[in-house]
Amino acid sequence: MSTDTLGVRARRRSTVLWTTGLSAGLIVTGLIAVGTGAIAIDPATVARIVIHQLTGLDTGDWTPPQEAIVWQVRLPRVLLGMTVGAGLAICGVALQAMVRNVLADPYLLGINSGASSGAAAAILFGAGAGFGQYALSTSAFLGALGASLLVFLIARSGGRMTSIRLLLAGVAVGYALYATTSFLIFASGSAEGARSVMFWLLGSLGLARWDPLMAVTATVVAGATLYLTVVGRRLDVLAVGDETAHTLGVSPDRFRLRLLVVVSLAVGVLVSASGSIGFVGLVVPHLARRIVGAAHVRVVPVSALLGAILLVWADVIARVLLAPQEIPIGIITSLLGAPFLLILIRRLHA
Amino acid sequence: MIEAAGVTWRYGADPVIDDVSVTARPGRVLGLIGPNGSGKTTLLRLLYGALRSATGTVTVDGDTLTGLAPREAARRLAVVVQENGGETALTVAEMVLLGRGPHLGTFQRTGPADHEIAARCLDRVGASHLGARAFAGLSGGERQRVLIARALAQQATHLLLDEPTNHLDIRYQHEILRLVRGLGTCAVVVLHDLNLAARYCDDLILLGRGGVVAAGSTGDVLDPAVLEPVYGIGIRRLELEGALHLLFHPLEERVA
Repeated sequence: MSTDTLGVRARRRSTVLWTTGLSAGLIVTGLIAVGTGAIAIDPATVARIVIHQLTGLDTGDWTPPQEAIVWQVRLPRVLLGMTVGAGLAICGVALQAMVRNVLADPYLLGINSGASSGAAAAILFGAGAGFGQYALSTSAFLGALGASLLVFLIARSGGRMTSIRLLLAGVAVGYALYATTSFLIFASGSAEGARSVMFWLLGSLGLARWDPLMAVTATVVAGATLYLTVVGRRLDVLAVGDETAHTLGVSPDRFRLRLLVVVSLAVGVLVSASGSIGFVGLVVPHLARRIVGAAHVRVVPVSALLGAILLVWADVIARVLLAPQEIPIGIITSLLGAPFLLILIRRLHA
Repeated sequence: MIEAAGVTWRYGADPVIDDVSVTARPGRVLGLIGPNGSGKTTLLRLLYGALRSATGTVTVDGDTLTGLAPREAARRLAVVVQENGGETALTVAEMVLLGRGPHLGTFQRTGPADHEIAARCLDRVGASHLGARAFAGLSGGERQRVLIARALAQQATHLLLDEPTNHLDIRYQHEILRLVRGLGTCAVVVLHDLNLAARYCDDLILLGRGGVVAAGSTGDVLDPAVLEPVYGIGIRRLELEGALHLLFHPLEERVA
């Protein structure tokens, strides 16, 4: 049994190579992205500053402003970008398996609309003011939580939570909450407030700093990635069909419910931290499947890495293109993502 | 051994399966036959727990099916369903290896032994050359054989198949059923083709409106006097070289 007739070992080898390569790519991306901006800092200096901050080792000389820019301003932003990109990508993977539709994305379930309503309420009417500087994120997260709960209750109301029922519940709740957000903007009558809400809706990593919010986001994304990788085989089975899942020892309804909890939590946290950033969760899973095949044990970690890299580069473009003005990152991801998806679709039917 | 006692299923107000009892005995092939809409698939789904009857019980080797953990149930019952796998991008090999899932721990990945089992099962259905292909790119008959290989890879003590000969050409219809017979496990097969049932089943259950019309050994159930009113077709039964064959003709033609 030394021949690899099924191609399993070849696949595993190529996955290890890709994972290693993408991890290296992620580090390089981080160093370049932190160095890019109004004041350029070369990647080597960035690396020395970061290593010094982490380990306390003496790694050479740099100016205090350089250190402040790297450590206080840009690094948190790049790390948040990586976290959000990875998180959106894996949530996209999970949702595409859950509803068995390759066009599913993390916003399909209306969770981001809930977060938007919460954010609009905070920006326009001062909701959640008791949470101080976290008023916006807290309010957005509560909105996301409310939306997921609503989707969950509607999807469960008819008995079994099938994929089609979940899909329809998500779309319905999404539209209703989108209307709510629009109404809040309309009712407030504040042009300035409307602009802030709009900016938030299009996504931004501008809120990034070393704070508990960052720690929570990173922990949730890391946990979700680990969970989805471990249940990879069950995701494979669920993606084939409910009846198949059942006959292979996976209870489809129970598993889908667990996935819904994990994904809702992750998307809620992500949207609260960065607004709605489109297309990452839709496109990255397709890319990952092209690279390492459809088995979720491989798709989940590779998607996380790809999503992290892509979102950081999108943010670099958002910062540099019209500098010193910053473009909402959601515009960049959608502009890049749409043609990309079209190419994938063309290949799909070739 | 699978024993169902007094199971019932209704779609809306209409009972499709009404207070039906079935026994599938070890080492024998049980065929479920009957006209369209007689509840063959519904009965099979009750037997593997995809549907849960409000009445009666289903037991597998003495344990109630509802009491078994899903993975334990999957180690006892391997099922080939009529779900075609849709748009999955998995390869054939990955599809067959899914059958090993019920035997693996959560953190365990497939090992050489699993790969060998999967390769052997693909070989048994004449599909070893398809291993590296995309499952979605196969023809209907090739898919069906791969799904049967996956059920074999599950190495369960019972095998249940819903119309396994669908999409298969005549040669593979016979090869697959001969394979099922040769396994020596307890098998339950939903079949449309009565001549296939005649050749490969030990026992038959004939379903009609709402319930069992006849049950027993294949030779007893495939009696034209029993079959004709259920199917509404004229039947002649022949014994050729020790094997049973059925010939069909429309009833009106005979009258005229």
